[in-house]
Amino acid sequence: MKVRIKFSKSGNMKFIGHLDTMRYFQKAMRRADIDIAYSTGFSPHQIMSFAAPLGVGITSEGEYLDIEVNSTDSTEKSVAALNDAMVKGFSVLDYRRLPDNAKTAMSIVTCADYTLTYREGYEIDRSLEELREAVHAFYEVPEKIEIVKQTKKSEKIIDLKQLVYDFKVLEVEGKPAFYLKVSTGSTDNIKPELVLEHFYKYLGLDLNDFTFRTHRHDVYTGNATEGFYSLNDMGEIIR
Amino acid sequence: MSRPALSDEILLTIDQPARYIGGELNMVEKDPASADIRFAMCFPDVYEIGMSHLGIQILYDMFNRREDVYCERVYSPWPDLHKIMKEQHIPLFALESQQPVKNFDFLGITIQYEMCYTNILQILDLSQIPLHAEERGEDMPIVIGGGPCTYNPEPIAEFFDLFYIGEGEISYDALFALYKRCKRDGVKREDFLRRAAQIPGIYVPSMYEVTYGSDGCLKSFTPKYEDIPAKVEKQLVMDMDDAPYPSKPLVPFIKATQDRVVLEVQRGCIRGCRFCQAGMIYRPTREKNVEQLKKYAYEMLKSTGHEEISLSSLSTSDYSQLEELVNFLIDNFHDKGVNISLPSLRIDAFSLDVMGKVQDIKKSSLTFAPEAGSQRMRDVINKGLTKDIILEGAGQAFEGGWQKVKLYFMLGLPTETTEDMQAIAELANDIAVRYYEIPKEKRNGKCQITISTSFFVPKPFTPLQWATMCTADEYLGKAKVVNEAVKNQLNRKSIRYNWHEADVTVLEGVFARGDRRVAAAIERAYEKGALFDAWSEYFDNERWLEAFAETGVDISFYTLRPRELDELFPWDFIDAGVTKEFLQREWKRACDGVVTPNCRMNCSGCGARRYGGGVCFEGQN
Ligand code: SF4
Repeated sequence: MKVRIKFSKSGNMKFIGHLDTMRYFQKAMRRADIDIAYSTGFSPHQIMSFAAPLGVGITSEGEYLDIEVNSTDSTEKSVAALNDAMVKGFSVLDYRRLPDNAKTAMSIVTCADYTLTYREGYEIDRSLEELREAVHAFYEVPEKIEIVKQTKKSEKIIDLKQLVYDFKVLEVEGKPAFYLKVSTGSTDNIKPELVLEHFYKYLGLDLNDFTFRTHRHDVYTGNATEGFYSLNDMGEIIR
Repeated sequence: MSRPALSDEILLTIDQPARYIGGELNMVEKDPASADIRFAMCFPDVYEIGMSHLGIQILYDMFNRREDVYCERVYSPWPDLHKIMKEQHIPLFALESQQPVKNFDFLGITIQYEMCYTNILQILDLSQIPLHAEERGEDMPIVIGGGPCTYNPEPIAEFFDLFYIGEGEISYDALFALYKRCKRDGVKREDFLRRAAQIPGIYVPSMYEVTYGSDGCLKSFTPKYEDIPAKVEKQLVMDMDDAPYPSKPLVPFIKATQDRVVLEVQRGCIRGCRFCQAGMIYRPTREKNVEQLKKYAYEMLKSTGHEEISLSSLSTSDYSQLEELVNFLIDNFHDKGVNISLPSLRIDAFSLDVMGKVQDIKKSSLTFAPEAGSQRMRDVINKGLTKDIILEGAGQAFEGGWQKVKLYFMLGLPTETTEDMQAIAELANDIAVRYYEIPKEKRNGKCQITISTSFFVPKPFTPLQWATMCTADEYLGKAKVVNEAVKNQLNRKSIRYNWHEADVTVLEGVFARGDRRVAAAIERAYEKGALFDAWSEYFDNERWLEAFAETGVDISFYTLRPRELDELFPWDFIDAGVTKEFLQREWKRACDGVVTPNCRMNCSGCGARRYGGGVCFEGQN
């Protein structure tokens, strides 16, 4: 039986990298007595996969991992058991049964959304209104936003207009912040900081690595024309 | 969750930020203000190594069970962070509260190997605590050292306020009680130390006067005051059943060296190998109750979620309830995806059977530690392993499908001859011959035999503490002899040989048997940038040689000088259980190549019997 688990990562846990988060959950499954299935062979491992790796330094309230279980308790009890096994900064938010033919989260992720807030001392001298206008001019007006994206081996030209689904200015605790919904997955993966880097360039500013705190809200499947829906919506609550 | 002592900018720049933020599973959280005693427990190496150390987990758990103590952890910042902390004057902090160590009551440092000495200075330096005990003011933490290297603490004595000699479970309660009383009454640091020196197992270096003779050797070592004991007695746990053990060990986020549950089955070793310090200082051997171990295994696997459990002791095969324990672990946990790892097992029918069940034979290798190549040499060091036993074990293993063998030896042992060195290669060849006796169709390809040699470092409180060492060049010459001999073996293609650094060995030799004068060289080396010397990529021998030259400390005085049988050693003020008479007897027997039976065969009156338990009294109640 397939199960999708939704969790959040906050506070200092943002410094825990993706591989260590995986190891953390493997041990958490054992502590919470989740009847997770193991692969066969001499060194059996838990059948578990993550949706979209979160970079070091980023917090999130919408992370997903899929597991295979032999048997399971209800959603409510499983969430409680897992939360008993968590450290501060990790919380399990949901635990839902997937259809048997469901594809892994990793293979269907298409998009994720983020809020980027200013780290103290990195604010810029632009009002909310000025920033809203600038985002409008940078993002909404043009037909194409072509940028050069550096990859490990090569560089390629991509069109941000196609890959950024939403970009707006918010007000968070009296300060401007940015909301971004961007293409995510194995192909066309866009980091929100990349968009802001180009936006800053447009403003004639240089983006520092530490300007923003990045927080992920959720991870989605679907597409821009038919709509995106949260990975959490694909499972059903176990009673 | 405590706010990190380091900024995002720093944490997101350095390697492995998770080393510095705490918050791991089973971390103890208390309100620092509510504790009478704040104790920073330090392992002076990188987090991944330090977090793997069982002794710290035991003390962390034990201290934090007390309501009045809050024990937190500290490890060595890696060189990338070291640089930043120095530049920005960031004081070293403890992981739990993220607060500066300099505000704690105690800084306890466990000293497991000599090559961490510069890391100890780094900890003090980054904590902004004066390096020398005598320079510390009233508000500075009491710096306390523990662990195996404290069986000769003299080379680092001036950096510590006090040392705890022996197993930590015993005297800390008395020390804490004294500290609380002194704090309440406003007693001065100096007076506290003087009183602490009267607690069994506590050594306060500043309370002793040391003089040297014209030959440079130690002449006297005497207490400065009448109420200071002349001898410091090592502390041992004699009631293993009621000794505290952490049922909820910490589980790091990043992969530690020891990423598993560690179950300590016994302390000490019955064997009496003459080079082995652990085998002497943890005498007498004390076993733990098997039913209790089963309970711990269950609890610890549950509380950590680890997927592996390992049995720990100096010689696990000698644990009398081993079979029962191992079968219990296999029956209860193996098909729940828990690996069972059994290091330091003697290779015999039982262990091969167990290993066949829990390991992939094709991938795993057999490990033998004959320590010396010839029988004569093994008799000198009292290593009871014979060629017949090795060939018998290897033969059984080969028949069972194994094909990889690792062999560990030491070079530079006392009385060693060229033949003894060559015998290492010959033994490896004999093992290969045994492999190729198996019919071709029943074996799978070639066997792989790996020989590793290290150079012998004489340690305090061992029968070989009188031995002379060699120069680095002489050591390398010995490795060359073995290398040539390997090349001359019929089965050379199945044998690989690698040997350890010789420069490090020489330094270890100086630190292991050094006196208080060596401290100057250690401090100079640190000033010159020595740090993480246990890591070959950071070890710089030239820098060390300069530090010794500049401080006028003569390396050969400590390594090459023959020691008289009645020489007063810098560590003789410690009563480690084994008597000097016993060690002298054993040294003579070593030189004559006479073996001594192990504790279960025949007691040889080492002195440890007066602790009143363990193997010395087995089968007597
Ligand atoms: S007194 Fe005898 S039995 Fe006890 S540890 Fe020493 S040698 Fe072994």
